[in-house]
Amino acid sequence: MMLSTATLYALCGAAMIGIGVYGFIVRAHLLRRVLAFNVIGSGVFLFLGALGYRAPQAGADPVPHALIITGIVVALSLTALAVALVLKHAEEAGRAVLPEEDREET
Amino acid sequence: MTAAFVFDAMLCLLLVGTAVSAVAGRDLFASIAFFVTYGILIGLAWLRLGAVDVALAEAAIGAGLTGVLLIGAWSMLQRRCGDGGNDPAMPVLPKLAAAAVSVTVTGMLALAVLALPVGAPGLVPLVTENLSESGVGNPVTAVLLNFRAYDTLMESIVLLIALVAVWALTPKELWGGVPGLRQHARPDGVLATFGRLLPPLGLVVAVYVVWAGSEMPGGAFQAGTILAAVWLLVVMAGIAEEPRMSSRLLRLALVVGPAVFLGVGLVGAAFGSFLGLPVDFAKALILAIEFALTFSIAVTLALLVAGTPREGT
Repeated sequence: MMLSTATLYALCGAAMIGIGVYGFIVRAHLLRRVLAFNVIGSGVFLFLGALGYRAPQAGADPVPHALIITGIVVALSLTALAVALVLKHAEEAGRAVLPEEDREET
Repeated sequence: MTAAFVFDAMLCLLLVGTAVSAVAGRDLFASIAFFVTYGILIGLAWLRLGAVDVALAEAAIGAGLTGVLLIGAWSMLQRRCGDGGNDPAMPVLPKLAAAAVSVTVTGMLALAVLALPVGAPGLVPLVTENLSESGVGNPVTAVLLNFRAYDTLMESIVLLIALVAVWALTPKELWGGVPGLRQHARPDGVLATFGRLLPPLGLVVAVYVVWAGSEMPGGAFQAGTILAAVWLLVVMAGIAEEPRMSSRLLRLALVVGPAVFLGVGLVGAAFGSFLGLPVDFAKALILAIEFALTFSIAVTLALLVAGTPREGT
């Protein structure tokens, strides 16, 4: 059985979500967490968009597309806020790492 | 096995590869560079999924503006705190647990996808049926500004709230000042040249993208991002400064888009339904909302990327 385009990209989206979740847990540097959060986000978008393409002969579903465009913009707003908070924390603590996770450096 | 399938499979492998490099890389700057590459590759994936509107938004916002934000934050951390992005090491056991969580999440999602029926058309017939009443020919714009205009209105307000939240982090003595860092570019350097060369082109492209968005891929968010990028380039090239955050004109520019949108919605409410657009005026109203939104989105995005004021006024 050959995978359809939609299934292939949905699986790729699922893999990206997993990669992002791993990075979000393991990497303690706050800017890396913001980055991992964005990887999770784009994985979710790809997953959703691919599910809207399961009947290519009918055309791509515009409703998920509209939701995803909205989502991309909201993700950017959150990223901007998160980055501002990270910089503020780093200015006060000297490092962009939460105190309870500040162990030995690699 | 067709050529298209081989292309898709290779693109997916590249996506997974760049995502792993972005998340697991040792050097923070390299990770950010991989993340930008990854964003551009996702844009390609969107083209393969027939989503040109999303591809434009992803390339401009997901890769472009997010990249600028992250690189800016990286350089601030390095200059201000000497934080080069080193990560505290995590012991092996929690790492294994994290890997187990991540594999479980991916595995469950994959199982869900494989269990879905093939060939479901989703909401395509419903949108196609009602497209003639929406006033526009691009189904994504029809959904964004007519069928589900509520989402888009909320989104434009979320952008505004995010900016208010970022501004709220301003230290008291800098309140009302110029957002972001003062830029220094060599007057005869590449950046300064591009800063003069590209803005006129960018302006034309942005106006075209918002105008074309009613019938073809494009629209307010993509065009607003292009405008924001043009402005960021002008500022980075040292040609102009960001406006003071206390400027009334600036604050007016921030709210005009959501205000026009909300106004049209309220007039609709007086005639029957909130945000309902009458068929005869739908196209004109959608374009009016889109042009006002483009302007406000551009200003909001540019200021979100610039961040809080960091120097005295």
